[in-house]
Amino acid sequence: MEYLTTIGLEVHVQLRTASKMFCSCPHRYGAPPNSQTCPVCLGYPGVLPVPNRQAIEWTMLTGLMLGCRIARYSKFDRKSYFYPDMPKNYQISQYDLPLCEGGYVEVDLENGDTKKVGITRIHLEEDVAKSTHHSTTSAIDFNRAGTPLMEIVTEPDIAGPEEAYAFLTSLKQILTFGGVSDCNMEQGNIRCDANISIRPVGQDGLGVKTEIKNMNTFSGAQRALAYEVERQKEILNSGGRIEQETRRWDDVSGTTELMRSKEDAHDYRYFPDPDLMPMVVDEAWISRLTAEMPELPRTRKARFERQYGISPYDAGVLTADPELALFYEAAAAGSADAKAAANLVSNLLLHALAEAGMEIGSSPVRPEHITSLVNLVAEGTISSQIAKDVFAVVFETGRGPEEIVRERGLVQVQDTDQIRTWVRSVIEENPGPAADFRAGREKAIGRLVGAVMKASRGKANPQLVNEVLREELTRGGV
Amino acid sequence: MSERTANGMDIDYVAQLARIGLTPAERAKFQGQLEAILGAMRKLDELELEGIEPTAHAMPVHNVWREDRAREWDVKDAALRNAPARMQDSIQVPKIVDTSG
Amino acid sequence: MRDVSTAIRGGELSCREAVEALLERIERFDGRINAYLDTTAEAALARADAMDRGARGEGRLWGVPIGIKDVIAVEGAPCRCGSRMLDRFLSPYDGTVVRKLKDAGSIPMGRLNMDEFAMGSTNENSGFGPVCNPWDPAYVSGGSSGGSAAAVASGMAYGALGSDTGGSIRQPASLCGVVGLKPTYGRVSRFGLVAYASSLDQIGPITRDVTDAALLFDVICGHDPQDATSLQRQTPATSAGLEGGVKGMRIGLPREYFAAGLDPEVEAAVRRGVETLQGLGAEVEEVSLPHTEYAVATYYILATAEASANLARFDGVRYGHRCSEPEDVTDLYFRSRAEGFGSEVKRRIILGTYVLSSGYYDAYYLRAQKARTLIRRDFEKAFERVDLLAAAVSPTPAYALGACVDDPLQMYLGDILTVPMNLAGNCGISVPCGLTAGGLPIGLQLMGPPFAEAELLRAARAFEAETPWHRKQPDMAVLEQRSAEGA
Ligand SMILES: [Zn+2]
Repeated sequence: MEYLTTIGLEVHVQLRTASKMFCSCPHRYGAPPNSQTCPVCLGYPGVLPVPNRQAIEWTMLTGLMLGCRIARYSKFDRKSYFYPDMPKNYQISQYDLPLCEGGYVEVDLENGDTKKVGITRIHLEEDVAKSTHHSTTSAIDFNRAGTPLMEIVTEPDIAGPEEAYAFLTSLKQILTFGGVSDCNMEQGNIRCDANISIRPVGQDGLGVKTEIKNMNTFSGAQRALAYEVERQKEILNSGGRIEQETRRWDDVSGTTELMRSKEDAHDYRYFPDPDLMPMVVDEAWISRLTAEMPELPRTRKARFERQYGISPYDAGVLTADPELALFYEAAAAGSADAKAAANLVSNLLLHALAEAGMEIGSSPVRPEHITSLVNLVAEGTISSQIAKDVFAVVFETGRGPEEIVRERGLVQVQDTDQIRTWVRSVIEENPGPAADFRAGREKAIGRLVGAVMKASRGKANPQLVNEVLREELTRGGV
Repeated sequence: MSERTANGMDIDYVAQLARIGLTPAERAKFQGQLEAILGAMRKLDELELEGIEPTAHAMPVHNVWREDRAREWDVKDAALRNAPARMQDSIQVPKIVDTSG
Repeated sequence: MRDVSTAIRGGELSCREAVEALLERIERFDGRINAYLDTTAEAALARADAMDRGARGEGRLWGVPIGIKDVIAVEGAPCRCGSRMLDRFLSPYDGTVVRKLKDAGSIPMGRLNMDEFAMGSTNENSGFGPVCNPWDPAYVSGGSSGGSAAAVASGMAYGALGSDTGGSIRQPASLCGVVGLKPTYGRVSRFGLVAYASSLDQIGPITRDVTDAALLFDVICGHDPQDATSLQRQTPATSAGLEGGVKGMRIGLPREYFAAGLDPEVEAAVRRGVETLQGLGAEVEEVSLPHTEYAVATYYILATAEASANLARFDGVRYGHRCSEPEDVTDLYFRSRAEGFGSEVKRRIILGTYVLSSGYYDAYYLRAQKARTLIRRDFEKAFERVDLLAAAVSPTPAYALGACVDDPLQMYLGDILTVPMNLAGNCGISVPCGLTAGGLPIGLQLMGPPFAEAELLRAARAFEAETPWHRKQPDMAVLEQRSAEGA
């Protein structure tokens, strides 16, 4: 039987604030256990939470970036359940009046279409502590407890594991562009849970859903969802029934396992937190945030294509990371050829960085280096072949391209007589290709150009080489 | 097993939510007392409350927050001294079987 | 409190002597009263010595030891909230009021007994034994700040801090014959006050007289960025206009507060008190607070709901009591909480959990929040006509010990005259206004709208200046003798 898959995601995103949500502790990843704690985030008797304004503002900014309605009146609620990683045994969260509602994320599908995945709501809460499990005991480190955590809940609009992956990638891009989260998966900055159901094609109502937890990477989420689709299909195909339950993804075994059944569902006893006052948001605040809102990845990608005349692919690559996009724009600014600059960045630079295991932020090649390389080629001072070599040296040394070109005598040979000398000897040494060309096989000239470039050690202007070759070959034929 | 009082309280379910173990004697005593208390609370049913705004705070104040500035307040040692059981610099509990989140 | 301060200022008394005088009295009398769970003598003496060695400070409470209810955090001191649950717990920080006391030169001293987690009005719910009334140790001190009130009444504290969620400062003050002020919600920081019901809790002074109450209030009040419910608005010190009198002040008598159930001796004393104020130039008229009869139900729903969440943190994981050899985390929770909490706390947690649970929220919690709105409006309306309200604090004088232990509902109903004000966020004070034939104190309650502490204290001071009650003290010699007989 053919099935349709329906997925809704709950994405938890840690905000990159300097301090925690309700206390002033920093929340640096990897600090020694319990070194970033205070009586507030340890849930000590007598303490009170005071909300972090930046976290509230960044949640609103995220809402604006995702086209949400920003609540004019919002509040914090207590969500009660006992768990050792919860210092107060209630989590400060938002129940019926979240900061943002509505909105969507545009996702590129494999078939080239674009789809809008609806956002139900975004609310702000506090992260829990981290526990490490041993044979008979668990050890709890409260450093993470109280980190501002934004929960983004989607509509059940996602039609499959690949789409879920694409959604997460787009969302991450937006959050990174907005500067609200580092979205570092290894550090747990972005984590997600999913609700997933399948139904036979033709059936109207949705099937019974299961909730999948513990998906810590995007690819893990994709694999977990794919596994769950198969598991549900097998049950239905063998005449079974899907139970509404919560299942945990185990990334190592690649399976989901039962965590709790519907009967064990929580009774969270939400009520307004009496320690925290409501939030009232006025038009002026929203206007200011809208004005400060960074260009979204998709808007920027479209602008790159238009403004710099680069391919959708290159534009996609260059806007995937806000720092990279900034780098490229700086490089393109003074370049005679923005397209060539895009090539240098998206091919040479990204490749070199990847090989060296570096990030764009620590690139030894600076935007102005790219600009001058592009311009050296455009002016005909060096060939694009030489440009690659110069790039490698810049990457290694961090020195300016002009300096390298001058010092190593890499200036392109424009002298037609010099080129003609190389051309004549190449024709002489390669009678075969020369004859082929003369016989009308146009392609044969490629080998001859290559040979001339080699003879010039890459310094000959390829355009001139081509012209002179044709002259010489035709002349010889007469 | 679980049984409801006249006012609908399933005391075992509620004690379970509150994570409080009750002895049979306590449970029996509380049952009657809570029944009486809940009965008295139903006095509010007399009130016409349609359209009345709920009050969550004694004072009508909003937008109280702090700026995002980090300040270290290292209470680790004091916190670990208060912990009933610890494992190096972490707090120890019996092994957690994950049913929550 | 002021005499001690003056004596220290005048060099007649050292800070150490001020502390030692109290320790001596505690040694003599507290065996019979049980007001102190811990005297924190070592820390108090150390601070006193350091102060004696240093230059004399300008603080308004320089060298004066102030007793601290066991629910307020003092760095390095136990903070057990009258509960076995917090055995061996030491607070790693000072609450804001404690910091303010220290800034004013005071010596925070002792951990004063209380009903467990401030839940109760007799102090019989303490995990460490009840506090006895210094006027007659066969009677309760009132609660939940019973230790604070009894310590002040018996001269074992010059002044003390209590906390008031539904009457827990005013009621024991009334029953022990001392002054207790419950400030407007938000005027005194709750940072460092272990929460019972966060939207109702407020710290306030318990003192021998009104002037001391004003002084202590002036020291501890003010905005605190660590408490998001703390109010920004500042008012002039209450001590300044304390002697201004009540001439022309309009005082309302809420009809519903003089209804059936009010003990005749209490009613007579309160009415005489009102006449005194009238004689001093106050205009008295009857007013109505029509939703009063719903206040107890409203209060117990909201307070227990908030408490059920506030007390969830006492779970045996990070601090406090942990049961022995828990099988797993669930067992750890159930047994630690079963062993750590007393009956009244368990009852209120269960009640509060229930009114918030799925299917009951609207019927109980939401209705109570709406009823709270009506109760608030009653006060707003009344305060359009009058400046202050006057009534009794407790419908009866102190109960005999053990009289009400197994009837929690009866006990709750006794809070009728104090809980409405917490629901409304108003300020109120209890001042001694008489003694029963049996020699037990009676308190007069004055209530004001938010921020009316100055008017409230001024009226209380005018009353006090005209009456002898605040000068009456329990006969400690009799107490000591009885104590010796008992031993
Ligand atoms: Zn903290």
